[in-house]
Parts: sequence; structure tokens; C-alpha cells
Amino acid sequence: MTDSYYPKSLSEALELRRETGAIPFAGGTDLMVRFRAQAGTLPKLPHPVLFLGHLEELRQISMDSSGTHIGASALLSDIGVSEHVHPMLSETVMLMASPPLRNLATLAGNIGNASPAGDAVCSLIALDASVVLASLSGERTLLLEEFITGPGKTVMKSDEFIREIVVPADQPDRYWYRKVGTRKANALSKLSLSAMATVHEHRVQDFRAAFGAVGPVVIRRRDLEAQVRGMTLDQLSRETEGIVDAYRPHIIPIDDQRSQAVYRLQASLNLLRRWIDLLMQGG
Amino acid sequence: MDSITFRLNGTEVTITSPGTRRLLDVLREDFSMTAAKEGCGEGECGACSVLKDGRVVNSCMVPVGSIQGCEIVTLEGLRESEQGKRIIDAFVQSGSVQCGFCTPGMVMAAASLLAEHPRPSEAEVREGLSGNLCRCTGYDAIVRGVILASREGEGL
Ligand SMILES: Cc1cc2nc3c(=O)[nH]c(=O)nc-3n(C[C@H](O)[C@H](O)[C@H](O)COP(=O)(O)OP(=O)(O)OC[C@H]3O[C@@H](n4cnc5c(N)ncnc54)[C@H](O)[C@@H]3O)c2cc1C
Ligand code: FES
Ligand code: FES
Repeated sequence: MTDSYYPKSLSEALELRRETGAIPFAGGTDLMVRFRAQAGTLPKLPHPVLFLGHLEELRQISMDSSGTHIGASALLSDIGVSEHVHPMLSETVMLMASPPLRNLATLAGNIGNASPAGDAVCSLIALDASVVLASLSGERTLLLEEFITGPGKTVMKSDEFIREIVVPADQPDRYWYRKVGTRKANALSKLSLSAMATVHEHRVQDFRAAFGAVGPVVIRRRDLEAQVRGMTLDQLSRETEGIVDAYRPHIIPIDDQRSQAVYRLQASLNLLRRWIDLLMQGG
Repeated sequence: MDSITFRLNGTEVTITSPGTRRLLDVLREDFSMTAAKEGCGEGECGACSVLKDGRVVNSCMVPVGSIQGCEIVTLEGLRESEQGKRIIDAFVQSGSVQCGFCTPGMVMAAASLLAEHPRPSEAEVREGLSGNLCRCTGYDAIVRGVILASREGEGL
């Protein structure tokens, strides 16, 4: 019995996925760490793996009227410099891991890992991105927010994998991405904020905020965003503390080896406040 | 066991191995190429760096079954090339090596960086080496080495 499959095409990959149930393997930068064994021995992968990283069909980055299509196996290092990619996503990706890891790691891997601290996931959720899931029975497209349901949990079926990620072309005018980590390279986020907005004639027309690493999934509250939309900048100024207070109960971090819940909550709300300040200055 | 073919330092090689075996172990055990080293085994330190199709990657993260048809270059191959000689020479001149454990990985990261940015700024060098840890030098001498390598061959 083999421990891995090396498909030569997307269609062969889909067949192998259905027949063998092998788990998708892109860059391996999560899987090889999670299932790492003693030095010099095989990683203890619980199932055979299906290599997808090499498939050219899955490595394309392109743009059409609906938006940017990023292949599941496109490398973070290519996404970071692609002219088709929204600058908030480029910035996010170039702050992930390190140059050698970005030459292996992918967006589909960051999504498939389904960690609330997945940096790309946080910005992709702010960008209203969708995932296209492929199987031999066809394709379905889901909002990324609906795809990830908990830490390490997704709604992916056992015969599916992500074929591409789609970022809509129409985006708010402004964005602000902040990642708080111990150091610049190779540090998982203690917390992060991916924020976007459009302010036109002193009125907030669009407002989005996605918070990473402060809950079981990335936190984005469309109900609260709707309350901010339509405010004038004067209202925004008066309501800043009200908005921050409205977010407070939804930011529900934990203590872990990277950071403490109290710090994560406070720093997340400080970033939100700062983002609102920036909007008032630049409006 | 799978039969896996790839190019290693310019020569096509075929091995029989479980596909999930780490490229790092294959290089060290099957080919006795010990320049790539295991520092952490989890992607943090860069001591295991090699070039995969021209770009630096951590060989501890790479299952050998995933690199069929790829071109892998280790320090053993790079040091035979003009570029490799230039980087190694610049490291020697700049005092970039103390214990030497990180050095092969640093040289591979430098090669990948210089291929992309032939005249990097200091900030670009520091970013380019940010996946490689060194416990001895404090990095400055390594950064100087990479900058020197980028200038050599252009008559300084
Ligand atoms: C030292 C180090 C530093 C890191 N720093 C960061 C960081 O700063 N920010 C961050 O967010 N992450 C970081 N990571 C985590 C990791 O690098 C990222 O999550 C990366 O994007 C994973 O991509 P991959 O292709 O390597 O995933 P893989 O390990 O190949 O896969 C990860 C998961 O996704 C699934 N998967 C892969 N491809 C598909 C597909 N096509 N369809 C469905 N599921 C799929 C796999 O089955 C697996 O469950 C770091 C990791 C290391 C080792
Ligand atoms: S041994 Fe591979 S990065 Fe440390
Ligand atoms: S010279 Fe000793 S680790 Fe870098």
C-alpha cells in the first residue's frame, strides 16, 4: 500500500480523491509540522496523502470580470507579487511565515487548516472571498465564512477539495491590515485585523472588520457593519466607543502559548479604534 | 514504496522510497549530501534549505514524492557554480561563518534572493534571510556577505 498519490492532472486528482479518500496535500507546511515524527523517520500522517502542489492547473492566478481567481496550489510567494491580487491580500501573504515557506505554502492550505489564526483566511473573509470546491460530481462555490465552521473544521466532503479561491473585483476603497506577532518572520499571529471601508462625501458607505485569532473562527459581524454603514464621519466620531463596545462581546479569545486572552481582546479593540480614527482623518 | 525521479544538482536520479519521506532525509541518507541540516524539523530555522526549481524551500517540509520532475539544488551542487563560488567567497571575506551550522542554509537563501534581486537593498537581504536562524554571528556579517556577493562580478 502506498502512503501518497502523485496525480498527473486535475481529473486524475479528483478520481484519486474519490477512490482512495487520500487527504489533499499542498505545500505541507501545516501537515508536515502537525504530523512530524522523530528526526529521520516518516511523518505520522494518519491517511495517505494526495499531492496537489505540482498541478499547473491549480497554480494559476487570473482575473476576469467576476474577480481574481487564485488556484488552490498557487504559492504564497507568487500571490504576494501578482498584479491581479488585491493589495490587502498581498500584504497579508508577504507577512506570513518566511521566504522559503512561502515558496511551498498555499492559500488552500491556510484555508484547509481552518485555524482561527490563519492570516490569509482573515483577509480573505474581509474581502468576501469564496472557495470553489471540486469533485467528480461537479463543483460548488461557498463563501469562505460558510466553509470554515470551527477550529480545524470545514464543510468539505470526503471526495472534494478546493480548486480555487475567488476574490470579488468590487472592493471598498480603503483597507488596513495589522498583524500582531512576536516577531516579523515565522510568527503565528497573536491577533490580527483585516479592515476595509469606503467613505464618500463624509459618509461611510461600506465598512468591514475581520478579526483573527480571537475566537474559534475568524470573527466578522455583518450585523455590526450594517450599523456603521450610512454614518456620517461626525456620527462615526461620536459613536466610536459605542461601536467598539458593540464588538467587545464577540471578541472571545483564549489564553495559549502565543498570548493571553486579556491582551488579545484589548489589542483587537485598540486596532478597531485606530482604524476608525484613520477613517476620520482620511475621509 | 514508490519509484521517484527528480533532478539533483543537475543529474537525473531515481529512488525507491515511501513518498512521504522528507527530502532532507533522502539527501542526507541516500545521497550522503549532508550540507542541508536538521535544526528544528518544523520549518522554523532554515538549516535544511535547498533550491526547488530555483527557489529556496525548507527540505524538512518536503515529502520526496511531491518533487517528481523537479530540479533540486543543494549546497553540494551550488558550490560548483559561478554564483555559488561568489557567495561562498563573499561569506569567507566577510567573516559570515562562525560555527557553520546555519551556513549552508544561508548560502541557499542568498542564492535564491540574488536570483530574484541581483542588487538587493540591506532591507531586502534581511527579509530574504528571515527564514534562517543563526545562533552565532548576530546576522550583520552574513548580511554584509550577501551584499558583497551581489557587488562582486560587477567590478565593485
Ligand atoms: C514556521 C512556520 C510559520 C508559519 N507562519 C504562518 C503565518 O505567519 N501565518 C499563517 O497563517 N500561517 C503560518 N504558518 C502555517 C502554514 O504555513 C500556512 O497555514 C500555509 O498557508 C499552509 O499551506 P500549505 O499549502 O503548506 O498547507 P498543507 O500543509 O499542504 O495543508 C494544510 C491543510 O489544508 C488542507 N489542504 C491543502 N490543500 C487543499 C485543497 N486544495 N483543498 C482542500 N484542503 C486542502 C490539507 O489537507 C491540510 O489539512 C506557518 C507554518 C510554519 C511551519
Ligand atoms: S530543519 Fe527545516 S527549517 Fe529547521
Ligand atoms: S554560524 Fe553558528 S549558527 Fe550561524
